[in-house]
Amino acid sequence: MSPPTPPTGTLRIDRLQVTYGRAVQALRGVSLEVPAGEITAVLGSNGAGKSTLLRALSGTLALHRGVLDSGGVTLDGVPLTGDPAKAVAAGVVQVPEGRRVFADLTVEENLRAGGLGLGRRSAAGRRAAQERVFALLPVLAERRRQAAGLMSGGEQQMLALGRALMAEPRVLLLDEPSLGLAPMMVERIAGIVQRINAAGTTVLLVEQNAAVALRIAHRASVLENGLVRLTGSAEELAGNDEIRRLYLGAGESGPELVGPHRAKLGRWVG
Amino acid sequence: MTKFAETVLNGLALGSVYALIALGFVVIFKASGVMNFAHGSILLLGGWTVTATHQAVGFPLAVLCGALAAGAAAGLLHALAARGLRGAEAPVLTILTIGVDLLLVTALNARIGPDFLSTGDPWGDAVARFGGVAVTQSRLAGIVVSVLLIGGVFALFRWSRWGLSMRAAAADQEAAALMGIRLHRVRLAAWCLAGALAAVAAVFLAAFPAPGLDRTTGQIALAAFPAAILGGMDSAVGALAGSLVIGLSSALAAGYQEQLSGLGTGLADVAPYLVMVLVLLVRPNGLFGSKELSRV
Repeated sequence: MSPPTPPTGTLRIDRLQVTYGRAVQALRGVSLEVPAGEITAVLGSNGAGKSTLLRALSGTLALHRGVLDSGGVTLDGVPLTGDPAKAVAAGVVQVPEGRRVFADLTVEENLRAGGLGLGRRSAAGRRAAQERVFALLPVLAERRRQAAGLMSGGEQQMLALGRALMAEPRVLLLDEPSLGLAPMMVERIAGIVQRINAAGTTVLLVEQNAAVALRIAHRASVLENGLVRLTGSAEELAGNDEIRRLYLGAGESGPELVGPHRAKLGRWVG
Repeated sequence: MTKFAETVLNGLALGSVYALIALGFVVIFKASGVMNFAHGSILLLGGWTVTATHQAVGFPLAVLCGALAAGAAAGLLHALAARGLRGAEAPVLTILTIGVDLLLVTALNARIGPDFLSTGDPWGDAVARFGGVAVTQSRLAGIVVSVLLIGGVFALFRWSRWGLSMRAAAADQEAAALMGIRLHRVRLAAWCLAGALAAVAAVFLAAFPAPGLDRTTGQIALAAFPAAILGGMDSAVGALAGSLVIGLSSALAAGYQEQLSGLGTGLADVAPYLVMVLVLLVRPNGLFGSKELSRV
């Protein structure tokens, strides 16, 4: 993480359309701006298209038989191609959902693997990157020789973050980092994400845990059925009645659940 | 006792040559999820290249040519399969390798004919003696070269960028892709490496006491197949252990044929499969194969 110089790393997502297996349209024209130096949260239920959006950015759609039909993504004005290695080289690095650390490899080898996308670099450069990760996530230094699969879920999430940081990202894409973690660990991960961001890395955070996401994000968007339904600052969205009802568990009393909201509610909660 | 020591040495020699082949199987399987049934014919291609070039360039360079040819052939097979059948699942590619094997063997047989071809190796029929124990120099050379090459491959796995990419991709290819690891290149390198190792194995399979390289040399690679499965198809260490077990059991079955004659002749040929079945009965995933563990 570089010192906070004028932030670069603005992602512009322009009318993305993605289909899977030539049949299922997962994104139906999503446009979004992820400003440099900020945390942008994307909320939405299962199947809303959140993971697809990240795959389109990181270039891994093909691994899921997804195809980018139209639209494009630029990083500071330069188009990103749909190639994961090029995305990493350009500075866009994704932490996959479910952590996906290399279980049989040691913590240190996982971190080394995270830096492979940068190509050949000096041992000194690699060590410096690793020291920065260890400074941010000391638990990884303690466990450096341990097999990653033996760590707890929260520690694995930290390793997944550290591994991505080894590629020195300008934009970090996080897919449900709080998934399956105990509340205390969710708070710790949230704090770490804020520190990564404070050091100058743009963050695009996909979450179902809206309470945490809206607390640490600067701005947020809601995806629904492959379209951006709402977008605004995190405070605006946190104050929005519908968001409060559907995501933050406020005002879920009897009468509000009946009537015209019922159908929408079914989609969100179901 | 002398006979036992000789038999064990022969078994080790055979096992170490099998290990070169089995390691190739495993490396390809780990990288692509494909069982390469064309490995025998790629081995034959490598061996034939050595026989065809050694008079012009000398034995060491001929082995290099053979390794390059077999490595290139394996890489080409992967590249064509990956490009032509983009998105095809591993089982489809596995069956494709059976077809390629038939084609390649037929093409090579037309060139090899009914003869035994010499690889021009420098060992000839020389025998080394340790006390009363006699062993052919070619087999000693086979053990030494295999140990060096396999040690080199393990060092690559452990310390090189490619080795780390390979292990990461084998563990989780999507996560590896997200690290910027180019899966296609990693796989291509795995196939080329496996082909090159097979070519070296061909040289030792054709060396004394074998009469030379002939059209059946490739079939010997079949014995390395149970070695890889026995070790656990996705474990390099397993491939080594499996190869030694198979080599030793083949050699022992051949060396003590008279004492085992109650089981019929030709036990040495079936021994690899027998051992494989027995081991798999006890350990279905092989000696070192990964168990399908899942944490819920």
